Amino acid sequence: MTVIDACGLSCPEPVVLLRKAMFTQEDVYQIRVDNPVSRENVTRYAQHQGYHVAVEAAGETYTLTLTK
Amino acid sequence: MDRKKETCGMIASGLGIGLLAVALVCFGNPANMGFCIACFLRDTAGALGLHSAGAVQYLRPEISGLVLGSFILALLRKEVSPRGGSAPLTRFVLGIFVMIGCLMFLGCPFRMILRLAGGDLNALFGLGGCVCGILTGVFFLNRGYSLKRTYRLPPLEGLLMPIIQVLLLALLVLAPSLLRFTEPGGGPGGMHAATAVSLTAGLIVGALAQRTRLCMVGGIRDLALFRETKLLLGFAAIFAGALVYNLILNAVTGDLYFSLGFAGQPVAHTDGLWNFLGMLLAGFGCVLLGGCPLRQLVLAGEGNTDSAVTVLGLMAGAAFAHNFGLASSGDGPTANGKIAVLLGIAAVGAIACVNTFRKDNA
Repeated sequence: MTVIDACGLSCPEPVVLLRKAMFTQEDVYQIRVDNPVSRENVTRYAQHQGYHVAVEAAGETYTLTLTK
Repeated sequence: MDRKKETCGMIASGLGIGLLAVALVCFGNPANMGFCIACFLRDTAGALGLHSAGAVQYLRPEISGLVLGSFILALLRKEVSPRGGSAPLTRFVLGIFVMIGCLMFLGCPFRMILRLAGGDLNALFGLGGCVCGILTGVFFLNRGYSLKRTYRLPPLEGLLMPIIQVLLLALLVLAPSLLRFTEPGGGPGGMHAATAVSLTAGLIVGALAQRTRLCMVGGIRDLALFRETKLLLGFAAIFAGALVYNLILNAVTGDLYFSLGFAGQPVAHTDGLWNFLGMLLAGFGCVLLGGCPLRQLVLAGEGNTDSAVTVLGLMAGAAFAHNFGLASSGDGPTANGKIAVLLGIAAVGAIACVNTFRKDNA
């Protein structure tokens, strides 16, 4: 599983990082973001790519687990 | 289902913003300038004495409204988050050049849409330049461009921009003699809706833009990057809404809200090359900044101090543009302005390269 730390990065950077990571075509990815915009954008992009997204919030940090 | 709701919300917001933009022109704003973040920041810089171009001085309540509308909604949604520290001085410099590009074209990306909706075909050159600038920015994003991470800051840092806006409004209402104003008939700065109308429109648009994450360059950027159309729908809805309202007002009032053509357009010039290059610079800079001037105001309202610094850069750029004769007028671009835009494209390109092709990826 590839883990991406995108905390502190503003959009569209988290989605760009995820898109690059997805070139490896794994079944599970985990990405951490710390703002609602990135959470929404990453979720939308992952769903477009056919992944199911589970979001776990801890304070201002969101851990998104993407599974095929 | 969520996706459908989101799409409907974006289209409705865009149509509403288009309506408010046209309404502001009805109430006194310059034609095709219901909203123009670059022009309004330029006017505000003039009102504060940062430049002395007598034709463009007025403290625009729309700016305060946009920041405060975003702040209030973000507060209600628990999305106020004081953050900053991501290359603030670079953002300040980018803000300066974005403003110089906008004042070459005579409008920000928001006004570019409104100019098109008013039939100003010169804005097509601006749109072409803006798209090229955005695609240039996307080229660098795809290769790792980043201004690095933001960090959490003390609450006061995030609250300062909304507080400053309240103080500016207080100045406008309670001590206008301290400010500089264009006389009625003396230029675009002398044309404005009543304070309460402008402020209310700003508050509503600020809140809508906070809710929908609307961004005038983000639409084309996301389409090019991810084939994502959400933000582009907002862009299109503002255009469609403003176009329809302009045509209706044309028919009902007999005034010219829509006039198709190149010559004689309000607060615009017909030099296609420099309209193109001005917006190329603006679009390129905005992608590197993460959003258009409207988006920077909205983010500043949410407590993002990097965006607040960008807004200050935009205001400094407006002051430079008028103090050094860089801004265009209805007569066309100036020689100084052309040089500044070319230097700006080179400088923004250098910033993009330095922040893309480097070894550290921390």
